[in-house]
Amino acid sequence: MLSRESSAALMSAVTGFLYREARLQDEHQYEAWEKLWTDDGVYWVPANGADIDPEREMSIIYDNRSRIALRVRQLMTGKHFTQTPQSNLRRLVSNIELMDEQPDGDIAVASNSLIFESSLRDDTLWAARNEYRLRHVEGELRIAYKKVVLVNNAKAIYTLSFLV
Amino acid sequence: MNVMPRVSQWSDLIRPDRVHGSLYTDPAIFEAELQNIWYRGWVYVGHETEVPNVNDYVVKSIGPQSVIMTRDEQGKINLLLNRCSHRGNQVCSYDRGNARSFTCPFHSWTFANDGRLVGYAFPDGYEGQDKSHLALGRVTRVGSYRGFVFGSFAADGPTLKEHLGGAAETIDRLVRTSPESEVEITAGFLKHRVKANWKFILENECDGYHPAFVHTSIFGVADSMIGKLYGGASSALTRDYGNGHTEIDLRPEFRKRDQPMSWFGTSEERLSDYSSKMRTAYGDTAAREIMIDGTPHVMIFPNLFIAEIQMFVIQPLGVDDSVQHVTALQFKGAPDLNRRLRQQTMGSVGPAGFLLADDSEMYERCHRGVLARNPEWIFLGRGERRERRDEHGFTVGHVTDEVPSRGIWTHYRKLMEPA
Repeated sequence: MLSRESSAALMSAVTGFLYREARLQDEHQYEAWEKLWTDDGVYWVPANGADIDPEREMSIIYDNRSRIALRVRQLMTGKHFTQTPQSNLRRLVSNIELMDEQPDGDIAVASNSLIFESSLRDDTLWAARNEYRLRHVEGELRIAYKKVVLVNNAKAIYTLSFLV
Repeated sequence: MNVMPRVSQWSDLIRPDRVHGSLYTDPAIFEAELQNIWYRGWVYVGHETEVPNVNDYVVKSIGPQSVIMTRDEQGKINLLLNRCSHRGNQVCSYDRGNARSFTCPFHSWTFANDGRLVGYAFPDGYEGQDKSHLALGRVTRVGSYRGFVFGSFAADGPTLKEHLGGAAETIDRLVRTSPESEVEITAGFLKHRVKANWKFILENECDGYHPAFVHTSIFGVADSMIGKLYGGASSALTRDYGNGHTEIDLRPEFRKRDQPMSWFGTSEERLSDYSSKMRTAYGDTAAREIMIDGTPHVMIFPNLFIAEIQMFVIQPLGVDDSVQHVTALQFKGAPDLNRRLRQQTMGSVGPAGFLLADDSEMYERCHRGVLARNPEWIFLGRGERRERRDEHGFTVGHVTDEVPSRGIWTHYRKLMEPA
């Protein structure tokens, strides 16, 4: 167990990290966002609930580290038409909690996010529960795992081509 | 709202090499399509493997209507309308499950999973009532082809086999990819909504002209071999099977490569378990041919698109509101292939897919584009002068030619024009 003081320090560091991630996503700083990931990162946006088995069933995104890199490279081409022009985005991140300690020392974090997207199609509101496993790598926090459970992931949803 | 075209006006709206923009945007035309296409002809609903056990059910759709596909106690597949015969309440609120009956929450009317009304609350008020007249509504005709279940609301008309016509052979080809000759739909669906008319999706599925441009961002960074299949020098074909069914036939390119599993960007060595099962099942020669040819790229009118490794079901909800339901194809007896099919499908399609996010962007931009009424027409003349007949008499063209769109609209006009 962390002492109260170190827990508060960790919470502060984690909060700052999540805010920074949110800003990089909102402002389409794809490469800076990619650098937040560990080398074994997993980026998962399930469909049809929160508890499906992504090895057996379809997810909206289920990227290993190389596929995260591919996603970023596609966005970087400037010819990924769904993001050309880019969506205008602002998201609120809240309800940040440090969750149970992980056996491997990763820091389990949860948050909620509410994202306003304005694109050529229309204005769209996205809401999600986010679960992270963060890790200190060379003194910096990194994302080893991010699961984004969209509130409406069991329904038909519009194109989700920004970084969620 | 525009006035519904009179009989003679369909020929004004649909010409051999062009169609009128209002066909995609006029709410009255959309209503007429529901009546003449979706609620009359054969429409794909679901797959038998989605309800493998007695009493399994899964909720599907025909256009905006909710349809419950059940496997009843006798093992028979039923397509029931999700609407209580009493006051219209939906009797089923879950996507799937196992249930012998459905009880309406409104007044507790209970229906067996073959649609029969088996009971209602306080039956003394219904003395003399014949329950058999109060069953759940059902899709009038149900047909199945190699596990793919279709429904038609018309009591008569072409059989499913007649409707599929020459395109049935593409489904035969598909199932042969399994060493046990069976497709399984077991990986769950992504549901991708687009603010566009359903026919933009329908026509794009066998449009071989767009990939080099719409998908340039992913072909460029993913080291994909797909781009060449759709290039000017490609020997792949577009084909019109009639009845609105269209295909992009990539086999000529795959046969030139002459490498088993090259169609899937891999090799027999990397799928050794699958490969040996195929050779045992079909013999070396036939198995090699199947593994060279790959799976079909075929659009079964109006809503079933088999896209080599995945399956899309197109659902129109409104004139500018459509859903693409998509899942990875899974082949019985091929776990190593299936795992890769799921991974590839998740990367390519759905709301965040490397390919479909851009296709869907085009559907939406096209829909907004055609609201401008000058020029009034969508021009579909590409390859009109070089199309020809193949050995079976089907019209074929270069992979980038608009043979499929012309085929779709020819059939569409037949359905929409009153006899």
